[in-house]
Amino acid sequence: MDATIKKQLEITACKVRLGIIEGVFNAKSGHPGGSLSIADVLTYLYFAKMNVYPDKPDEPSRDRFVLSKGHTAPALYSTLAQKGFFPEEELKSLRHIGALLQGHPCITIPGVDMSSGSLGQGISAACGMALSAKISNDTYKVYTILGDGEIEEGQVWEAAMFAAHYKLDNLVAIVDNNGLQIDGKISDVMSPYPIKEKFEAFGWHAIEIDAHDFDAIDNAFNEAEKISGQPVVIIQKSVKGKGVSFMENQVGWHGTAPNAEQYAQAVSELNAKLKELEG
Amino acid sequence: MADIIKKATRESYGEALAALGDKYENLYVLDADLAAATKTGIFKKKFPERFFDCGIAEANMMGVAAGLATTGKIPFASTFAMFAAGRAFEIVRNSIGYPHLNVKIGATHAGISVGEDGATHQCNEDIALMRTIPGMTIINPADDVEAKAAVEAAILHNGPVYMRFGRLAVPVFNDPATYKFELGKGIKLRDGKDIAIIATGLMVSEAIEAAKVLEAEGISATVINIHTIKPIDAEIIVNAAKATGLVLTVEEHSIIGGLGSAVSDVLSAELPTKVIKIGVNDEFGHSGPAVDLLKQFGLCADNIVKTAKAAVASK
Repeated sequence: MDATIKKQLEITACKVRLGIIEGVFNAKSGHPGGSLSIADVLTYLYFAKMNVYPDKPDEPSRDRFVLSKGHTAPALYSTLAQKGFFPEEELKSLRHIGALLQGHPCITIPGVDMSSGSLGQGISAACGMALSAKISNDTYKVYTILGDGEIEEGQVWEAAMFAAHYKLDNLVAIVDNNGLQIDGKISDVMSPYPIKEKFEAFGWHAIEIDAHDFDAIDNAFNEAEKISGQPVVIIQKSVKGKGVSFMENQVGWHGTAPNAEQYAQAVSELNAKLKELEG
Repeated sequence: MADIIKKATRESYGEALAALGDKYENLYVLDADLAAATKTGIFKKKFPERFFDCGIAEANMMGVAAGLATTGKIPFASTFAMFAAGRAFEIVRNSIGYPHLNVKIGATHAGISVGEDGATHQCNEDIALMRTIPGMTIINPADDVEAKAAVEAAILHNGPVYMRFGRLAVPVFNDPATYKFELGKGIKLRDGKDIAIIATGLMVSEAIEAAKVLEAEGISATVINIHTIKPIDAEIIVNAAKATGLVLTVEEHSIIGGLGSAVSDVLSAELPTKVIKIGVNDEFGHSGPAVDLLKQFGLCADNIVKTAKAAVASK
């Protein structure tokens, strides 16, 4: 990947992370850990990959995105705000009464292609969108992000079977493998491993990458585009809470908002990182 | 009465889809390995490229239907009522109802008239479940003519629709030449002054038969067909209650949460009136020939007559 583009993506991802912290802090609730772990891939999708139009969010030819792990809505909202779908100011009223930004993605929000949040359902809707493109010979692509805990849901595997059966090579699923779910390590709670082999057995082309390396992300999505006749899953090894030192790899930050002091520290760390990048 | 034609509304569903496929090019059909039973196989034969089998995976099928609907297609997701409203309830709620997507659910084999398959497949709860989803339209047609009209009405309505069809062949009493389906509007089939019998689905023809018997015995009964259970026609219900002062609801569904509850909701708020419910009581069904089961559970003209007479006598 071009160094300038990479630097710009890193800067944007840092801003996305700041927006996540802003949203969750003001909401006094929400899911920062899994939001921070997908900030890089979301930034890549919206700023380097997908054809989307902030001034025409419903443009029929647009690429689609479904956040199957819908509880990490702060990451999606922050990315959409950076992209210009709505003002960044909206992040401050996330989860408030009367606010645009609901606790989980809602289809009425500009840029949100599907309501989601009840785990296991988003990937099925993504399959429907991809099937629709196949039926009509539309060229748009469909992307969906699942949690590694989420794939414990049986519906995910119904959808996995469906996508391979109908050869949905216009569908790319990303599994955010941060290794933690609410009750602890996924390997202790209910191991979904081996993830790659499971998807391969279901007929998918599987790629494993480091979630926080834009070169790796870029290579994976470029590889995905070359795959024909089968859906692609990108299993990204990520750090839950990535970018905020005290949140990293801590299961406790799955669904907890920072207090004022923690908020200040998180913002200070991310601002320092931003300053360093913008140097 | 030998010339009465009988037909299962699931047949009507499959035939209507196939017949309407030419007119509505945006119509697609999904099934969960039951095309032979839900009769979507009739559509599949005519439009194989617009039919997608999802296998025995109803949850995913509902989500796929939602995804198709986001792109402007009109999917009919078809399976048995037990799996459409039961197993897939939460997907219907969250992936179809909450985003208010234009998905049509064709739920066949509803009620105890499934027959020999028994309690696991006799869904007596689907109307109750679907009524709780905001924005969900629920249609329970009474015969072949009404079922076919309902399918087209569902296509023309923008929003999620749950359609309930049966396995058992039932009398075709509506005249296709004059029948008119209006979504959300009940149909008064008979005017009376002693009692209002409000029925839905396959119980409508039984209610008509019962009213004839009651008339011979000196009881004049109004008969109303409520094909759209949600949104319900409050006006026709209130007017019938006003005219008769006594309401008897009849449905092949649990007495909890179905037509009887919907009618009671209307009347308790607008015109408190005694409502007696005939339906499946708070119990599971069991195996047996459908017609015998309907009789055993009191879902027949005889029981409507008996119940109506007792209710009128104690007025």
